[in-house]
Amino acid sequence: MTPILFWGLKAALFLLAVAMLCALARLLVGPTAQDRVIALDCLYINGMLMMLVLGIVYASSVYFEAAMLIALFGFVGSAAMAKFLLRGEVIE
Amino acid sequence: MNEVAIGSPLWADIATAVLVVVGASFAAVGSFGLLRMPTFYRRIHAPTLGATLGVWSITLATIVFFSAQGFGLFLHAVLISFFVALTAPITTIFVMRAALFRDRRKPNAAAPVPPAAQTPSAAGPPEPP
Repeated sequence: MTPILFWGLKAALFLLAVAMLCALARLLVGPTAQDRVIALDCLYINGMLMMLVLGIVYASSVYFEAAMLIALFGFVGSAAMAKFLLRGEVIE
Repeated sequence: MNEVAIGSPLWADIATAVLVVVGASFAAVGSFGLLRMPTFYRRIHAPTLGATLGVWSITLATIVFFSAQGFGLFLHAVLISFFVALTAPITTIFVMRAALFRDRRKPNAAAPVPPAAQTPSAAGPPEPP
């Protein structure tokens, strides 16, 4: 691994960690419930991107399945929470 | 020549590093906008930057990196970006409708007014019955 790729991956991981901290701050601060829902949406997208970058760091393709599962269940969770905000119940 | 320890060429490393840093920067800018914007209706625009350009850049970086390892074309990561491109607008529309519904039931000063009340037009507003 050349130094440019090494430091590029370090910088990307740092930026994604900053992004996840921003989303976490909005998740904790957020005045209304819908703010917390979009903060959680942003948080799982950033975590999925971090999984993809870690897959490059360790040169392993196992991380793609994890990233795919995070995307899948994150979408299901966000849709369920939006339904809950709209109706007050998830399954009626 | 050792076939196992074959490395990726330099251009692939440079392209991977640039794409990864660009995608992570987009994700960071989007999340910072989520933290910084004043109202919910402005905040919901910011993370779409990370959900579109961030995801596409980083999946392109993984495709370039794993294809340059010498094991053939690696296209599994395209699935992730297609899936996120399909689902991110759906989530945004759901949350937006839920937020509008909640703000109209319990009025919020930051909510946008409905278009009927927004334009007291000079052409004569429709008389309420």
